[in-house]
Amino acid sequence: MSLNEHGTKTHHHQHDVVIVGAGGAGMRAAIEAGPHLKTAVISKLFPTRSHTGAAQGGMAAALANVEEDSWEWHTFDTVKGGDYLVDQDAAEILAKESVEAVIDLENMGLPFNRTPDGKIDQRRFGGHTRDHGKAPVRRSCYAADRTGHMILQTLYQTCVKLGIEFFNEFYVLDLVMADYNGEKRPSAVVAFELATGDLHVFQGKSIVFATGGFGKIYKTTSNAHTLTGDGVGIIWRKGLPLEDMEFYQFHPTGLAGLGILLSEAARGEGGILRNALGERFMERYAPTIKDLAPRDMVARAMANEVREGRGAGPNKDYVLLDLTHLPPEVIDAKLPDITEFARTYLGVEPYTEPVPVFPTAHYAMGGIPTNVKTEVLSDNDTVVRGLFAAGECACVSVHGANRLGTNSLLDINVFGKRAGRYAVEYAREADFVPVPENAISEVEKLLAIARNATGTEKVAVLRKELQDTMDKNAQVYRTEESLNEALEKIAELRVRYQNIQVQDRGKRFNTDLLEAIELGFLFDLSEVLVMTARERRESRGGHFREDYETRNDEEFMVHSMAYKLDKTPEKPGEDIRVDWKPVTVTNYPAMERKY
Amino acid sequence: MVDDVKVIAEVPSFTVTLMVRRYDPEVSEEVKWVDYEVTVYGTDRVLDALHKIKWEIDGSLTFRRSCAHGVCGSDAMRINGRNRLACKTLIKDLDITQPIYVEPIKGLAVEKDLVVNMEPFYKAYRDINPFLIANDKPEKERLQSPEDRARFDDTTKCILCAACTTSCPVFWTDGQYFGPAAIVNAHRFIFDSRDEGAEVRLDILNDKEGVWRCRTTFNCTEACPRGIQVTKAIAEVKQAILKGRP
Repeated sequence: MSLNEHGTKTHHHQHDVVIVGAGGAGMRAAIEAGPHLKTAVISKLFPTRSHTGAAQGGMAAALANVEEDSWEWHTFDTVKGGDYLVDQDAAEILAKESVEAVIDLENMGLPFNRTPDGKIDQRRFGGHTRDHGKAPVRRSCYAADRTGHMILQTLYQTCVKLGIEFFNEFYVLDLVMADYNGEKRPSAVVAFELATGDLHVFQGKSIVFATGGFGKIYKTTSNAHTLTGDGVGIIWRKGLPLEDMEFYQFHPTGLAGLGILLSEAARGEGGILRNALGERFMERYAPTIKDLAPRDMVARAMANEVREGRGAGPNKDYVLLDLTHLPPEVIDAKLPDITEFARTYLGVEPYTEPVPVFPTAHYAMGGIPTNVKTEVLSDNDTVVRGLFAAGECACVSVHGANRLGTNSLLDINVFGKRAGRYAVEYAREADFVPVPENAISEVEKLLAIARNATGTEKVAVLRKELQDTMDKNAQVYRTEESLNEALEKIAELRVRYQNIQVQDRGKRFNTDLLEAIELGFLFDLSEVLVMTARERRESRGGHFREDYETRNDEEFMVHSMAYKLDKTPEKPGEDIRVDWKPVTVTNYPAMERKY
Repeated sequence: MVDDVKVIAEVPSFTVTLMVRRYDPEVSEEVKWVDYEVTVYGTDRVLDALHKIKWEIDGSLTFRRSCAHGVCGSDAMRINGRNRLACKTLIKDLDITQPIYVEPIKGLAVEKDLVVNMEPFYKAYRDINPFLIANDKPEKERLQSPEDRARFDDTTKCILCAACTTSCPVFWTDGQYFGPAAIVNAHRFIFDSRDEGAEVRLDILNDKEGVWRCRTTFNCTEACPRGIQVTKAIAEVKQAILKGRP
């Protein structure tokens, strides 16, 4: 422990593998690494509070327990669902390793729902089909409508069993890179301990980012308050690129006005979306698989129904999820949590009344670019040795322009496991990169700004204005004009951010200070999202440009790669360069996407 | 969208007073109740009101929260004398003619405002071996009938929020008692047909700080935001100890 001139206590730790984030991906990595090498997991939350626990519907794997299925069909569905922006080699790995991933979890103790003969039960989910789109297939392995909760609990239980070392309520705020043998290599991360305000430097040979998403850039979101994208933001501030940030998924069925998620499983079990006229409108948009079309198509269809005046409710601004034709015992057995959400938060009884729903910001398809070994990339193909990323914060890319439901719980398990395995493989051979003397200086600067913030602007007001502009200008529908408006607004908010106030002056549990720092990351990521969305002048998957309504494979069947430039922008966004990266195609040439 | 909520809501908007128990040892050892008046909407929860205070009135008000819809278990607190999740308690369902009293859960040391030291609670959880104990090495999934799966379904819902344990009068007077949440999590494995560790867990819970301290006051069952039949689960564990098996 050392004390510097600012009175900041700094503690030093050394582990072979340092994992940032204790959601599904982070803990899956820890289970792989912990038994072999000295491993630390650092998390801003107690592990079971992570947002993996909010996932509901299931985890895809072609187990073929209830009907014929194959990993190849799953690969095809993933590629097509992602509107052909998926790296197909990565999708093959996801689909192939899915079976092992589910069996791993079952063997760890996950209480999946069972078939009458005792196998893991499976159900339908959007975009998952038999034989290349012929009909919906039962591929989702599930535990009622709390599959994510069960995955998170099971992974944590296994970590307890293995004696994994956790540092909970530690906010990682910086990644320390150092020159080593002529290359930039990760050396450590710096974390702020919530309970004390002390700093901790965690030196690691391998450093794994598994920090989740950043849904709090939007107002209407299914994401937790804590999902502020700190991990992705840290990578961005290090001058490393971010991939496909314009692709953000809006989940069709958020509780209207609140954004709380109602699982796609509701439609997998037979739920139907209706407009104010009672019409099953998805028949018009996706004649074959209707309500089980992929999320981007359903979300847009819903938004379109509302735009064209067929929305329900007094303001005609939502549609209805109808479960009333399902037997109450099916609802109780398969969808207990989400029907309770409808009762608790909207006072609606799903047995007898349709539930008001509208798209809610849900999932980042893009993030930190990695290869299939989860190694982080510093450009289209150069690996940053010793740095890994997995889960929602990463972009490998298995989700392309639109993620299929149940593929994210799969992603965190398949690529979380890989991250653990490759982090160990690397750390066995590598040396520790010495920690530079000024390791905490960046974090000190951040903290100093927030600690001395005695301005007049409130963090919550700036955050709300950011979320408002993102909802208005960078949601399901986008145009050059709306994106420019968002860019201008973010620039204005950044100026006002210089004049914020932080009222809590203490060291203990200073969440006031952390909210100010988190807001900085939200600005960074919003800006990257808006810039890449502006440069992608086509419509694909979750990214829909009203001024470029069709997919343009000739120019844009490429991943975006955003880079932070080291300059002060005269106009908003000038310090961001958007480049492109080829998509890996193995077996599936791009085709028109119809369902 | 938030503005539209007014229309969906039964109650458009109204003013409530929250009385919050504040404590920050960095400032003073003294505990004080502070009242705040906030305007809220019909779909607002106690968590929204606390955020309003933190974001608009006093940034130093400190509490844990994350998912904001009752699945992460961060924000258990005592609201009008009952343990609840702040994010699952709609303000309109409380008596809003009176101030709403908000204080930390009882029986764990208060760190700051509504934040308590959860470590003793987590330790009791870890002590009951909360993981599958099985020596077989299956190549595929282990089989389990839907009936066997249903036997422990209720106790898989636990989110470790501590609402049950910190509503238990036995736990208040004896912090060494394992408490309802740890027993619920033991139940989840003891009654899982795949598990082989029941004997060890039953032995642990047969301890003087184990299940026999439960006095069946049902506070825990009433407090559980997940609707788990906690007292029933404890009774089933007691039965299993007497029988020597689940």
